[in-house]
Amino acid sequence: MAGGPSKEMLAEIASRPGRDTVISSVVKYIFILLSLGFLAALLFAPLATVFITALSKGWEMYFESFKDEDTLAAIKLTLTVAAIVVPTNTIFGIAAAWAIAKFEFRGKSFLITLIDLPIAVSPVISGLVYVLLFGAQGWFGLWLQEHDISIIFAVPGIVLATMFVTFPYVARELIPLMQQLGNDEEEAAITLGAGGLMTFFHVTLPKIRWGLVYGVILCNARAMGEFGAVSVVSGHVRGLTTTMPLHVEILYNEYNFVGSFAVASLLTLLAVLTLIIKSLVEMKRK
Amino acid sequence: MSFRQPSILPGFGLTLGFSTFFLSAIILVPLAALVMKTATMGWGDFIRVVTDPRALASYRLSFGASILAATLNSVFGFIIAWTLVRYEFPGRKIIDALIDMPFALPTAVSGIALTAVFAENGWIGQHLAPFGIKVAYTWIGVVVALTLIGLPFVVRSVQPAIAEVQRDLEDAAETLGAGRFTIFRRIVLPTVFPALATGFTLAFARAVGEYGSVIFIAGNLPMRTEITPLLIVIKLEQFDYKGAAALGFIMLTMSFVMLLSINLLQAWSRRRIVAGAR
Repeated sequence: MAGGPSKEMLAEIASRPGRDTVISSVVKYIFILLSLGFLAALLFAPLATVFITALSKGWEMYFESFKDEDTLAAIKLTLTVAAIVVPTNTIFGIAAAWAIAKFEFRGKSFLITLIDLPIAVSPVISGLVYVLLFGAQGWFGLWLQEHDISIIFAVPGIVLATMFVTFPYVARELIPLMQQLGNDEEEAAITLGAGGLMTFFHVTLPKIRWGLVYGVILCNARAMGEFGAVSVVSGHVRGLTTTMPLHVEILYNEYNFVGSFAVASLLTLLAVLTLIIKSLVEMKRK
Repeated sequence: MSFRQPSILPGFGLTLGFSTFFLSAIILVPLAALVMKTATMGWGDFIRVVTDPRALASYRLSFGASILAATLNSVFGFIIAWTLVRYEFPGRKIIDALIDMPFALPTAVSGIALTAVFAENGWIGQHLAPFGIKVAYTWIGVVVALTLIGLPFVVRSVQPAIAEVQRDLEDAAETLGAGRFTIFRRIVLPTVFPALATGFTLAFARAVGEYGSVIFIAGNLPMRTEITPLLIVIKLEQFDYKGAAALGFIMLTMSFVMLLSINLLQAWSRRRIVAGAR
């Protein structure tokens, strides 16, 4: 309905008692103030601090921190890990969502619970389990040593731990979306003789693409930002096995606040970008 | 009933097979390794490790701070969700989008940023210091970090439930002479409560396992400001794999219990909404 307030709207406003009394507007302003105050202290102030500290010695020092070799190595490692983890988890997410949303089978809700498991598990546990499997004293530790393969305190361990933590995100976005969209169009396509892959790419994918985009972006943000799990398996070898969040910690503990907050500011920008894409996706869906 | 209902769509075997295989390889087998490692310990050893005074102190902090944080989140999360659903004000959409920030922001970043803000010379810390309130490097700092981490879970659970509250009922109650508090208690709260409980549990579950944001602000003193996940990391660094596995087993069991309660709460919440719609 375009234009000014319609007759129904005016009637509705007139019929609602007490909406515009003094007390209700006082309550309204108290609620808004409390909300903004809480968010300002807990969220806005820390976000502002990241950028203000990173730039406290000027733009030149800010950019100087990215010329550091170890910082560059950390950025490169983070990108590499994300480049392996995100596509893998995306393929898993699509496969799991297809099986769960398109078919009725026994044990389905149990399977969904298992997929959600990494969200409830402490990131430290996610790292710990791989140390117990592949670490020096782990189940496969001796065998790996004999064959000169290192997983823990090396890149493969970081990839595995990150995969564990970000495992559910794509699937969680897609399952409810695909369940809500139903099977009718896919069934029509199959009946008309389309193959499975053709049906997926031409019928399903166009319908779910925005949900998929958000799932992938969220998975990527969590993968690049994971700290706890990666910290357990990484061994913290500077320039070799430190991802960006771990590098933030190392620089912070060396009291190199400009460097530490500079790297943190990149991660913050990534988070902001993720939220912008999320908002765009939500607008597209409406 | 057979294993699955018939369907003409293809790919069931392939997609289910691939997802269960991948799920087992990445999640289930590693978790089983943790359980088996714990099982190789004798019963006596296990009890000794998990009831060690330092471990007990860490549970007290992890669970205590998480309950406090989830409670704070329930109160402020409800206020924020109500404000975002019911009121129009400039910047509402941006604030709404920023609620997810703690979820998208790497925990290490929130950790160092909160520490900077709440340290004694920080923006907020310097105003609290004259009152003798120290936030950074105390248990209060742990609560602050966990509150930030849990906030989106409560707000996002409660928002749809508040939108569900039937305004007609509120208006009817008001014309019949009900006060604001009565309306809140008798009409708003029953609709929102299951969602609020879900949000509380989600925030609590996330807080108990949280590591990155806490270790920067906590100070990490044994017996005082040491959370359980940190104790696991310390045991690993000392190559005490069994000790780490035992504490990990305790936390994993907790996670299962939390996940189960979340599922039950969500089922309850759905039933309430369906029943209300009838």
